[in-house]
Amino acid sequence: MSVGSLAIAPPRAVSAKQAGIAGVVLGALAWVITIPPLEVRSVVPSIVLAVAGILAGAWSLAGGERKLGIEAILVAVVAVAGAVASAKSSVATLESVFTWSALVAATLRYATPLLFAGLGGVISESSGVINIGLEGMMLMGCFWGIYGSDLLHSWVWGMLVAMLAGGLLALLHAFFSINLRANQIVSGTGINFLALGITGYFLEYHYGPNGTPLNISQVPNVHLPLIQHVGFFGAAFGSANLMTWVGLALVPALTFFLFRTRGGLRLRSVGEKPRAADTVGVSVIRIRYVAVVVSGMFAALGGAYLSVGFVGSFSNNMTNGRGFIALAAMIFGKWRPWGTLWACLLFGLGNALSDRISGVNQTLGTLFEALPYVLTLVAVAGLVGRSRAPAADGIPYVRE
Amino acid sequence: MSLLEEELQAEAEEAGAAAALSPASLTAFRRGLSGITVPILTTVIAFVAGGLIVLATGHNPLSTYSSIFNGTGLNWLFPWVGGAERATAAGNLQQTLLNATPLILVGLAVAFAFRAGMFNIGGQGQYTVGWIVAVWVGSSFSGMPPVLHIAFAIVAAAAAGGAWAGIAGVLKATTGANEVISTIMLNWIAIWFGVYCFQLGGPLHNPHMPSTPVSNSVVGGAKLPVIWGSLQGLDVGIFISLALAVLFGLMINRSRLGYEARTVGFNPQAADYAGMNVGRTWIRVMVICGAFAGVAASLDILGWKFNLFTNDIQTSQIGFYGIAVALLGRTTAGGTVAAALLWGALLTGTSSRNFNLSIDPTLVQYLTFMIEGIIVLLVSTDVITLRLLRGGRRIGVVFKRRRSEEVPANQVAANETGANQGGGK
Repeated sequence: MSVGSLAIAPPRAVSAKQAGIAGVVLGALAWVITIPPLEVRSVVPSIVLAVAGILAGAWSLAGGERKLGIEAILVAVVAVAGAVASAKSSVATLESVFTWSALVAATLRYATPLLFAGLGGVISESSGVINIGLEGMMLMGCFWGIYGSDLLHSWVWGMLVAMLAGGLLALLHAFFSINLRANQIVSGTGINFLALGITGYFLEYHYGPNGTPLNISQVPNVHLPLIQHVGFFGAAFGSANLMTWVGLALVPALTFFLFRTRGGLRLRSVGEKPRAADTVGVSVIRIRYVAVVVSGMFAALGGAYLSVGFVGSFSNNMTNGRGFIALAAMIFGKWRPWGTLWACLLFGLGNALSDRISGVNQTLGTLFEALPYVLTLVAVAGLVGRSRAPAADGIPYVRE
Repeated sequence: MSLLEEELQAEAEEAGAAAALSPASLTAFRRGLSGITVPILTTVIAFVAGGLIVLATGHNPLSTYSSIFNGTGLNWLFPWVGGAERATAAGNLQQTLLNATPLILVGLAVAFAFRAGMFNIGGQGQYTVGWIVAVWVGSSFSGMPPVLHIAFAIVAAAAAGGAWAGIAGVLKATTGANEVISTIMLNWIAIWFGVYCFQLGGPLHNPHMPSTPVSNSVVGGAKLPVIWGSLQGLDVGIFISLALAVLFGLMINRSRLGYEARTVGFNPQAADYAGMNVGRTWIRVMVICGAFAGVAASLDILGWKFNLFTNDIQTSQIGFYGIAVALLGRTTAGGTVAAALLWGALLTGTSSRNFNLSIDPTLVQYLTFMIEGIIVLLVSTDVITLRLLRGGRRIGVVFKRRRSEEVPANQVAANETGANQGGGK
């Protein structure tokens, strides 16, 4: 049977997979050539490229690469829409939106809080505990970071107090999910309410209606001496916040920990096959506790970046759903540190773009705000590769 | 063995019954959980914990709670409250019921999904698209006959909410996408879409308000009739809400869809084996959930809100309140109604219109969030509450035994070592 189908299959110079990837690239190019620096002012080359992309996608589809083929076609269609939009806008508009150095800097700014919380999510969920409470833990870091920084006159202390607060809230989540075997999504929802209440209550209690003081010690920006004044690189990376660099450094560090060390192996084994891990003497309960508390500290750092690092003050519900976006980034990134980083950068780019587009066209900018969520929805629907959670994610462990 | 089962076993052993757990006794136990003792105890614990926070920050919890209570308008029920106080109470009670109206429905939207084994975090998004559609229909078609116009707006909002939730249902049924994530994403998409609609220059923005991001106002004919009070009084929406709660109860317990939903919720594999179409059930349940949330939104718009600011869309928390209400109400119709009334009362009692508060109203507002958080945490596992309940009962049992039975003292001690003093010796 398989011999027969092999015999009638046409000989292929390129595999279906290669054709699909080429289709995606061609489709993307159809849009990329219309924006700075290339700025092709006609839609004709874009349409040619998009058609080529669609053909490659169709070829890939016929060759059995269903997802890749559909992706290539979708990218081409979206790219043509983008190319038409570019062609209709003036050169000045395009150049004000796509000022790449400023866009990169803004992307990093937006991605940093997401990255911390997202990496926290990776740690917690790798150990098998769903953490919907990331939002609340971020919010705790946000307020208590400001509180610590104000009280102890140093942003270092602010960060430590933030981590303590986020860790304590995470400890509560750990107690409910691990010891009491609660429904982790419900308990996470409770954590979010609790954080909203605690931060709002103590903001009012300590600072009253005037809000947090103005002269908060803030996390400094890192001025890179060599490239600070070097054109594009200087504007994009020359004065990023210290926390941004810490967040970026955490990605390879966490990858190394998860996949190259004994502790990481234990963490993952507890999330995938807790019974097996228990059998060989790994303490499921202890590892999950540590993982959840560390994830709370990470999320709190992300929140503290927002308040102590970036804005310098705290307002109620300041995180405004960023914890949920971080959760989405983690899923989009397939529960892996690098994947989470790319997803955070993508979401950050979406925010940065929508900011700049709002400067030109308010309504269009608002629609761009929804883009990360649409992408995540597409991702969880399995169109962009498969996302698989750790096997024991969300399942309380019961020792027999 | 779940912790609940362990609790049951401990209870059975204490009662001297056979230690074996029959499926029947488990079912009976679970049904017992849907009673009112545990939810009430949960609420009490949360209020006590909240009171401790008030106490720790230097305020008097009793006076705080009593002024919250008076702010809910429930003191209207006391016959001795009269005069101006009674008028204020009536206004507050109307507000409490207005708050409870959508909470009942959003709670049911969460509850129904829960019964079918799904977690609908998307109440917020379904409610938001219901808002958008209801305000659009209510502010257009000004020539329509009132009853028809109202019905049209409600049905359209229900359809929009249903379709929105249906996306999550279809994704779950066809691609296996987890509904928790997809509904969270749909929430944000709905919120940004709503902001897009009503912001300055948006497609549904009110052109007569060039500097305010607000929708057109609902025309007079599409407003729900007010039945009690004058200034933002209670409208007939509460009856629609209650009627739908009754319908929900009938549907879940008496209809084929309800039976299928519960079966799928217990065990999708078994439901599939029994010949039920699991995916179709998921989609249908989600659509109905979304429709409930959509109706909730339309009742708010047509009842008292009449227009929609982009800020309303960005700050609404009702989807999360709905989760708390449904869980506190044990996902039953009656429980959800009761929990929604409690929640509505809390919202009114702690709102800034309650001028009687002995402490800063902002503090009280955030105190409510804390109490809500503690309630949801406690509801996520019944174990703490159950243990307290069992502990209380055990003390009662020992007490009774001491008084009623004339047993030698040493025998009592022997009886008790096992149960109470465990590792004491």
